[in-house]
Amino acid sequence: MKKIRYSMLAFIGLVLVFTGCNDAGKSSNGALSSGAAEKVYVAPGEQDEFYAFLSGGYSGNLTVYGLPSGRMFKEIPVFSQFPTSGYGYSEETKPMLNTSFGFVPWDDLHHPDISQTNGELDGRWIFVNGNNTPRIARVSLSTFETEEIIEVPNSAGNHSSSFITENTEYVVAGTRFSVPVPQRDMPINEYKGNFKGALSFISVAPDNGRMNLEFQLLMPGFNYDLSRPGRGKSHGWFFFSTYNTEEANSLLEVMASQNDKDFIAAVNWKKIEEYVKNGGGTKMPTNYAHNVYDEESHTGTSTMIKEVVTVDPTKVPGSLYFLPTPKSPHGCDVDPSGAYIIGSGKLSADITVHSFDKMLDAIENEKFDGEAYGIPILNFEDVLAGTVKSGGLGPLHTEFDANGNAYTTFFISSEVVKWNVGTWEVLDRKPTYYSVGHLMIPGGNSRKPFGKYLVAMNKITKDRYLPTGPEMEHSAQIYDISGEKMELIYDFPTHGEPHYAAGCPAELLASKSQKIYRLDENKHKYATLGANDARVERNGNEVHIYMSTIRSHFTPDNIEGVKVGDKVYFHITNQEQDFDVPHGFSIIGQNTSELLVMPGQTKTSVWEPKKVGVWPFYCTDFCSALHQEMQGYVRVSPANSNIDLSWSLGE
Amino acid sequence: MKSLLKGIVLLFSLLLISCGGKEEKKKEGFSVDRQKTTTTKTADVTEDAGTKASERIDLTNKGVGPIKSMNLNSEIDQAMAATGKEVYDQMCLACHRIGKKFIGPAPNDILKRRTPEWVMNMILNPENMVKEDPLAKELLIEFNGSPMANQGLTEEQARAVLEYFRTL
Repeated sequence: MKKIRYSMLAFIGLVLVFTGCNDAGKSSNGALSSGAAEKVYVAPGEQDEFYAFLSGGYSGNLTVYGLPSGRMFKEIPVFSQFPTSGYGYSEETKPMLNTSFGFVPWDDLHHPDISQTNGELDGRWIFVNGNNTPRIARVSLSTFETEEIIEVPNSAGNHSSSFITENTEYVVAGTRFSVPVPQRDMPINEYKGNFKGALSFISVAPDNGRMNLEFQLLMPGFNYDLSRPGRGKSHGWFFFSTYNTEEANSLLEVMASQNDKDFIAAVNWKKIEEYVKNGGGTKMPTNYAHNVYDEESHTGTSTMIKEVVTVDPTKVPGSLYFLPTPKSPHGCDVDPSGAYIIGSGKLSADITVHSFDKMLDAIENEKFDGEAYGIPILNFEDVLAGTVKSGGLGPLHTEFDANGNAYTTFFISSEVVKWNVGTWEVLDRKPTYYSVGHLMIPGGNSRKPFGKYLVAMNKITKDRYLPTGPEMEHSAQIYDISGEKMELIYDFPTHGEPHYAAGCPAELLASKSQKIYRLDENKHKYATLGANDARVERNGNEVHIYMSTIRSHFTPDNIEGVKVGDKVYFHITNQEQDFDVPHGFSIIGQNTSELLVMPGQTKTSVWEPKKVGVWPFYCTDFCSALHQEMQGYVRVSPANSNIDLSWSLGE
Repeated sequence: MKSLLKGIVLLFSLLLISCGGKEEKKKEGFSVDRQKTTTTKTADVTEDAGTKASERIDLTNKGVGPIKSMNLNSEIDQAMAATGKEVYDQMCLACHRIGKKFIGPAPNDILKRRTPEWVMNMILNPENMVKEDPLAKELLIEFNGSPMANQGLTEEQARAVLEYFRTL
């Protein structure tokens, strides 16, 4: 009885302490306030409300998180080799990283964008760009695997990418660096007037998502920084921010900041599409890789393409205009209605908003302010819808909610500013920790935003987490934006350096997320579809091992007759057909990585034995109570031995 | 002398121990037979406990799962059995070999020991069977704790596999 009384007292005490704290918190600082913990708490066994796909920047990969919990679910390998699954190491996925420069096992992944229909997220695919060796990748949102990578020729620093038009007609990739087109040996200081910037329009097949580079717009030699599609009334246009309209080729930090205004380039892509369809444009010899992963054969193939259609925009009247935009604009964002184009001059305190209607009017009435390389420059005042007098410094990127509000990040003053689209009035501001770059609201780059949470992705971490030496992961912050004022509710670390993210409601993807690959649909050339098919074959010094796995053994698990100097292909088929039962494969001295093979999938690892002996292999993924028993041996004999190939299991 | 005697006794007893151990390993039936003879006077239940789960005959238990009752034609449907063999070779063979114990038991004569419902439920619902069906639970232990994998067969495929079992 006494005990109970004590515990009751203790309980009441606890409740008092907590509620007391909460009340105090509400009135003082935001993050500690009452609701924050509850708002981000997703109880054990419960699932998140939103998916968030964060770019991994220099990790080369894409990470999948849950909102509001900030829990990381998966890292999807895209441009970087990934030993965790064998991506880029297995024979099937090596072709995915092929380029005109050969095998490039890394890239700088920047801007995820989810496919859309009628301007709304449809959850079929997510597109991302490789910045360094220009590439665009398409990732399936049912398998969460990279299905296709296309290299972008004549481009360098593929940064104003990979944004899609509102029916996923095109994924657009713009060059950051202008370069000689075609590439040639010439003095660097002859840049001005000679270098070109390529804006590439890559079509997406509606049924299977296959990408095809339809045409490239060869633009003046500026830097093309970011881009957004028109939507709604402005569908058919694409907007690109530019800097270095000075065309400096050295010390850009100073030399590219001379002009008071650079441009947002407005491209009427429908006009150019029509021009190309009618035979316009120039076919230019080139060389780029197109890599496709086939889900049924579990195999990637790389094809080199030798030609590209280029378009000189001055040959297509009405296809291109420049909108003067102050102070080296970085972010170039379009509001959900498609009526406004927001240019964030990164050296400015203000945000410039252009009006699409005014732009059309200025074009029609030729309200021009000169031209650049034959391209009309529209008169600044005649296209300006308004200016957001933010009071912050260094605006970068803007996303939107569904209630007519915009949210802009400020790098220099380290904050997110909420403002009204139409009145341009600042409604709220909250600090970020620290130096925020991109931000993301699920659907915030579409006609239908889901304005509940805002994720700010910061460039500097400093003291936000326990220190881990000089190098730290970047910090991100989640804000609740469902009320009038933003509320900081959570901090979480990200992987690599997120440059932008895309998010969508969980129900858009969760139910169609694939669980297994069906064995009876496996068309891999070297699949072992039943244990009876397990075998070893020799073809010269190539040895092909057709091996299957199931809890918890390899078939076969004893192999003899392999010799030093052989090239041994382990083709592993996972015969499981149950959700979440992968098997791994690794062998001593493997010069690649392990393989992680999903149920019904086949993957291949090459092993070149260098030493005589009996060498073990084993399953790397804890698959059952008898996982530790899941192992086998390969006998490696001297190169000149005449031991016949043999294989067995349980004999 | 005494110590020699002691030594001999020790030697013999060691030999005996090792003999017993070896024989147990070689002949799996040995201990079972002896248990049977020593417990002949007790009830049938004890006899059951002494028989390995894989050898025990239980033609009433229908198991746990989607199949509640089914009737088999007296004639074997050869076409269905052929389909069943195809499915079996792809989905089951890695662990179940014909005519010999492998990772799991051999399917030969399974319908002399089990009801068709039990077999179907074991194929279609192995996770729950090893948790809830007493016989399946014992089988899991008999087969080294290696759980039967759910290979995602459709009911039709499982039925075909069952028909194939009838031809063995």
